[in-house]
Amino acid sequence: MKILGHKPTTTAWIGMAIVLINLSIAVFGPLIAPYSQSETIGATWDPPSAQMLLGADQIGRDMVTRLIYGARTTIGVALATTVISFFIGITLGFSGAVLGGWVDNVISRLVDVILSIPLLILALIILGVFGSSIPVLILTIAVLDSTRVFRLARALGMNLTVLEYVEAARLRGEGTWWIIRREILPNASAPLVSEFGLRFCFNFLFIAALSFLGLGIQPPFADWGGMVRENSAAINFGMLAPIWPALAITVLTVGVNLVVDWLLSIESRPSGAQAEL
Amino acid sequence: MLKLVVNRLGLGVLTLFAVSVLIFVCTQILPGDVASAVLGNQATPEALAVFRKELGLDLPAYQRFFNWLWGAVRGDLGVAMTNKRVIIDELLPRLYNTLFLATYAALIAIPLSVGLGILAAINEGKFVDRAANVLTLITISVPEFFIAYLLIILFVVNLDWFPSLATVFPGIGFWERVYITTLPAIALTLLVAAHMLRMTRSSVLAVMSSPYVEMAFLKGATRSRVIVRHALPNAAAPIITVIALNIAYLVVGVVVLEAVFVYPGIGQLMVDGVAKRDVPVIQACGLVFAAAFVILNTLADVLVILVNPRLRHQR
Repeated sequence: MKILGHKPTTTAWIGMAIVLINLSIAVFGPLIAPYSQSETIGATWDPPSAQMLLGADQIGRDMVTRLIYGARTTIGVALATTVISFFIGITLGFSGAVLGGWVDNVISRLVDVILSIPLLILALIILGVFGSSIPVLILTIAVLDSTRVFRLARALGMNLTVLEYVEAARLRGEGTWWIIRREILPNASAPLVSEFGLRFCFNFLFIAALSFLGLGIQPPFADWGGMVRENSAAINFGMLAPIWPALAITVLTVGVNLVVDWLLSIESRPSGAQAEL
Repeated sequence: MLKLVVNRLGLGVLTLFAVSVLIFVCTQILPGDVASAVLGNQATPEALAVFRKELGLDLPAYQRFFNWLWGAVRGDLGVAMTNKRVIIDELLPRLYNTLFLATYAALIAIPLSVGLGILAAINEGKFVDRAANVLTLITISVPEFFIAYLLIILFVVNLDWFPSLATVFPGIGFWERVYITTLPAIALTLLVAAHMLRMTRSSVLAVMSSPYVEMAFLKGATRSRVIVRHALPNAAAPIITVIALNIAYLVVGVVVLEAVFVYPGIGQLMVDGVAKRDVPVIQACGLVFAAAFVILNTLADVLVILVNPRLRHQR
């Protein structure tokens, strides 16, 4: 079977399976969850049993159910963040590349300053001022993350704006927005797709880390980072409760990375070359 | 060469200034101001006015910025909003704790990852290289706390070698401190070593395709000799840059790991500040983290200029 005109490798298949399973759990969560989200089934950190396959959490809710509901919030927030980040980053990056001059200079210097310190520190400062709610979280991380997208989009745009067909479009009087949308975007889409996967992983881990610190997604929403935090005390008694949500985060990131690795390996191959890897 | 170094240092100072502006602006973008955010909507106008005066919010923004920056330069970071403690007194011992942990991790991570990276480059495509590739890909894609909890399960719960909480206190002995912080240091090492290893490997391999390396092979030198004697000196610059960048990431990884091990570092102080929305504390911690990051990167760039053999002679 071929996808995008190429035969996926075994690892790519594994990655796609992981991503698809996670996405369907996120979409159909309430239908497959054995219990309801807030139902107390057992006692604190009950060991795994036939009723609760992974045991209970810190207040006796079913771990599997919490993980399934958590998938929806965690993946949803990370996906929304990445989409907004790409929208901002690509728009600004291509505008910078096409317009050049002072527009490009101002945005580039601003991005340089933001990228000269760790994004986590800036995110903490902004969340500290605004307080943490899901919209603030999504917007903050999207804006901060868009700086990285901007760098890539601008570099891609710079290589494309000097080509003849862009010049031709400009000479026949097309506007900047039209050029960005119709000439540059289609030709820059391949590297942007794999970057989307990488940025998704980054944002996903970033939000999980913030939730773990208690500064990301707040209860009552179940999310994997927050679940690690809530269950973290169990580890001192040798119980595995915080490992499950952490493992869920790990598996999804590895899965996306496997797909991205495969996408990158197609791009680096000259088009038409179908070397079996 | 001196001119390059001075230029780079100047750029570092400029970056630091720009970053401090950014941090200050981030805390000012709130609609309304900090006083109304903290007191909530039940505050009387009088209470707001008093609180604003206390925080110095009645001055124009640029004046507050320069007051804050000038204070920070002299070591006065202001007073915490929630508990009225002098921030610098609380910050310094914690900064020492964090730097201790970061240095400890760096001392393990740098030799380990550079050594293994070179080893992987020497054995390109063989078992060692592939194993390193898979292992590093996995460590890169897992969250910090996952590694930390796996280490706790292995070393604390099953083997009982280390305490699970890295509680240090003033007056603790040096070796005891080393013992207590070993587990967080290993977790940090695993976090940054993977990047460093991969970059060391690829910088060495990038140099390997140059003509003079081919020449060395043709004259009959062994692969390991070519790498250590010919390729490595020229791969030093990118390796140094990567090391500095990753030490800077140590500073960030520390925030999460301090929370896992309940280690009293500056990351915990900042997270507490954010949770309590204590703006002066957040600003102070943010500035310290940012300064550490910028200083490390500047030092690395200076070092790169110094090790570049092409810049050694005066022209």
